[in-house]
Amino acid sequence: MNKVLYLLFGVAFGIVLTKAEVVSWFRIQDMFQFKELHMYLIIGSAVAVGIVSMQIVRRLKLKSLSGEELKFQGKPFHKGFIIGGMMFGFGWAITGACPGPIFAQIGAGEMPAFFTLAGALSGAFLYHSVKGKLPQ
Amino acid sequence: MDLLNSPWPWYVAGPLIGLFVPVLLIVVNKMLGISSAFDHLCMMALPTAKKAIFAFKDEENGWKLAFSVGIALGAFIVAQFMSSAPLRFLPEQYHTTEGYVKLFLGGMLVGFGTRYANGCTSGHSIFGLSILQSSSLKATLAFFAGGLLYTGIAFLF
Repeated sequence: MNKVLYLLFGVAFGIVLTKAEVVSWFRIQDMFQFKELHMYLIIGSAVAVGIVSMQIVRRLKLKSLSGEELKFQGKPFHKGFIIGGMMFGFGWAITGACPGPIFAQIGAGEMPAFFTLAGALSGAFLYHSVKGKLPQ
Repeated sequence: MDLLNSPWPWYVAGPLIGLFVPVLLIVVNKMLGISSAFDHLCMMALPTAKKAIFAFKDEENGWKLAFSVGIALGAFIVAQFMSSAPLRFLPEQYHTTEGYVKLFLGGMLVGFGTRYANGCTSGHSIFGLSILQSSSLKATLAFFAGGLLYTGIAFLF
């Protein structure tokens, strides 16, 4: 049952990402070349709404619909946030897709995005194979 | 403004994206994120002996696969029923053999980088920043530093 709910949330998220065109290589290029503010305004307003709503959630001590404490444990910083983060930035500029948009490009019929996905899966496998040797 | 067929402006799409943070937490108690779905897909393709290296947390990240399939489905719906012109998200040069190689290599950087950074644009730049997490701010700055650096290098050569 929950799987259907996760799928439906994904459908909604995919519709918003695609209608906003944040899944477009052209928009990503225009962002990194500072040709238009579209992407910056989307990320900025998303974060603004996220911050305000999470402050409300915290102040009202809201629980989940099933009555559980909300789970948002932190992610402790390590060097990979910078090194891996910059690698991802390179990949984002090359492919015009961060992880969610890879799936959206495929769904929208941009078949070359299957190569991006295959690369991403290979990259994830490579990371887990060598992570013990990387600076943390 | 025709919201069904034309692209959505930032002030519609941005706030909607931000609302996924509290709504996902309250309805299903999950933290927005996507890149762990790469691990999940990899594990499905690998024999049992290899699965352990992922140290996959199913309770925390197992839902992201269905979520990602949903994203593809949502984009399909937009392409089929919610746009007046065919959608083009990749330039012509990526519809060639050379382009496929470039996408694969760029994809490797996305996969390796997001796993090493423990998150992507949704997990760090949207969710992490929404909960005012300093490590996510550093990751987000690194994402943009990398993207701008590549764009600068590509511009010069």
